[in-house]
Amino acid sequence: MTMLNNDTVATIRDKALWMRRRAFRMVFDAQLGHPGGDFSAIDIIATLYFGVLRYDAKKPELAERDRFIMSKGHATGALYTALCAAGYYPEDWLSTYMQPSSRLNGHPNRNYLPGVETNTGPLGHGMPVALGIAIAGQLAKSEYRTFVLTGDGELQEGSNWEAAMSAGNRKLSNLTLIVDRNRLQQGMGTEETNGLDPLDDKFRAFGWHVEIVDGHDVQALLNVLGAAPGARSKPLCVIADTIKGKGVSFMENKASWHHGVPNAEQFDIAMKELV
Amino acid sequence: MAAPAAKQDGYFDCRDAWAQTLEALAEADPRIVAVVNDSVGSSKLGGFQKRFPERLINVGIAEQNMVGVSAGLANGGRIPFVSAASCFLTGRALEQIKADIAYANFNVKLVGQSSGVAYGELGPTHHSIEDFAWLRPLGAITVVVPSDPWETAEVVKWAASHEGPVYLRLSRMPVPNLDIADRKFQPRRAELVHQGRDVTLIACGTMVHLAAKAALALTADGISARVLNMATINPLDEAAVAAAASETGAIVTIEEANIHGGLGGAVAEFTAGNLPVPVERMGFPGFVPTGSVEWLFEHFGLTVPGIIKAANTAIGRKRP
Repeated sequence: MTMLNNDTVATIRDKALWMRRRAFRMVFDAQLGHPGGDFSAIDIIATLYFGVLRYDAKKPELAERDRFIMSKGHATGALYTALCAAGYYPEDWLSTYMQPSSRLNGHPNRNYLPGVETNTGPLGHGMPVALGIAIAGQLAKSEYRTFVLTGDGELQEGSNWEAAMSAGNRKLSNLTLIVDRNRLQQGMGTEETNGLDPLDDKFRAFGWHVEIVDGHDVQALLNVLGAAPGARSKPLCVIADTIKGKGVSFMENKASWHHGVPNAEQFDIAMKELV
Repeated sequence: MAAPAAKQDGYFDCRDAWAQTLEALAEADPRIVAVVNDSVGSSKLGGFQKRFPERLINVGIAEQNMVGVSAGLANGGRIPFVSAASCFLTGRALEQIKADIAYANFNVKLVGQSSGVAYGELGPTHHSIEDFAWLRPLGAITVVVPSDPWETAEVVKWAASHEGPVYLRLSRMPVPNLDIADRKFQPRRAELVHQGRDVTLIACGTMVHLAAKAALALTADGISARVLNMATINPLDEAAVAAAASETGAIVTIEEANIHGGLGGAVAEFTAGNLPVPVERMGFPGFVPTGSVEWLFEHFGLTVPGIIKAANTAIGRKRP
């Protein structure tokens, strides 16, 4: 199991920086990927893997492990670099990203890659699966927690709301949803496509406890995600306000970087900025 | 386990065998849970719910969530049996079945109730005749269709012990137990119901007992018909089909499903590429009218005379 230490925030920031650099190289090498969404989620995922989740990368199937599900499965740059940094597999695997027969598909598969809890990619799948894992934990009277990260545009899929209704009704305090609220989807803004606001009120109405945080503030993320459910008898929804493409000047808040890929010049600029 | 009570004249509702078997299995194995979509009654899981209230997870009328939840339950070490009307279970949650269950290879058992045209009068929205075609290509998922109460119980027991995704297709139409001596269930294998050399009738589910009756009637006409109970549609028992093609030279497939992409489709795909022989596919050609299941069977020739006619057609198409 991971252990927290006094330098947790600094460690998470270091890991997040490495993940951004490595993910961007992965996308550059493959000339495929979703770097905008990777970068909006990386601080959240680094916080989970290096400050919150309890797991043993050498024993990925440990029954008592905390579970993390990356529902926005296109953001593989964020997930794959996190699993690598957490010790699930060696770094040279990252160099095979989207190559023929690679374990690192364009979207994660649990049978190919240790640490992946379920297959994602088609949107709206993570929440129901996370709900099932949380119910299994409740049945087993286990202490493990289940975390699921969705994109905000992804919440336009109805299956999320079926799961949100169930989770609220079942008072699953061992379940945490994190919404990567970067306000952009593939083509344009979420609010101009099919608006989600007031998102917090929607989840409250479904019986959830809601927290809104800056999704790039590691200390703030640690505070809400690291806190044990305690007496809270509701599932937790963390709306993380984020910036698509966060960390690279020419990518920030640009919908075109949803699945944009860098040329050599852009790659060099990004590497100079990501230090 | 007590034998299910006869409905009438030795005909049984296989859902009784399903529910009683699941309860017995759940008693012995605490990993087993049931997941439903407001379908406790139609799944006959009232007894299960009474005995294991915590292990009956009712997600409400939300099939996509239901299938996703079952993947999560499997991740958490449970063996979920997901029971719902098959028209909604397979159609409404098809992508979840593909991505969350089959492609992910989660140990989940999907149980489609009231399949085929059991809900005949409710119309094509409630008919489940496309499920074979939808699920057969999903590689890892075993698609199995028991023919009678005995086989239903055996299939449920096998599904619980088998590590991997299974789609178990049930009807609510009463059927008799097949008259086969010293019966032994062999998973994923065709069952020889009647030996024969002129033609092979390959049937599944509610059609097997009709095929067996047709074979007896054909005997009186001097035609020797082999009958196979092809309970498993995916993966297909190709060895049994190859033997049928080479040894009898003509095949009739009979299923309570769309003839496109189902049992007939699987048999035709295999024979076309390996041992081309006449294959007469009996079933439904597409959306069918609203009507009672009995009327639909009659209308589309899914009857003993209909099977006899198809057998003669297949034999007539053999190359001299």
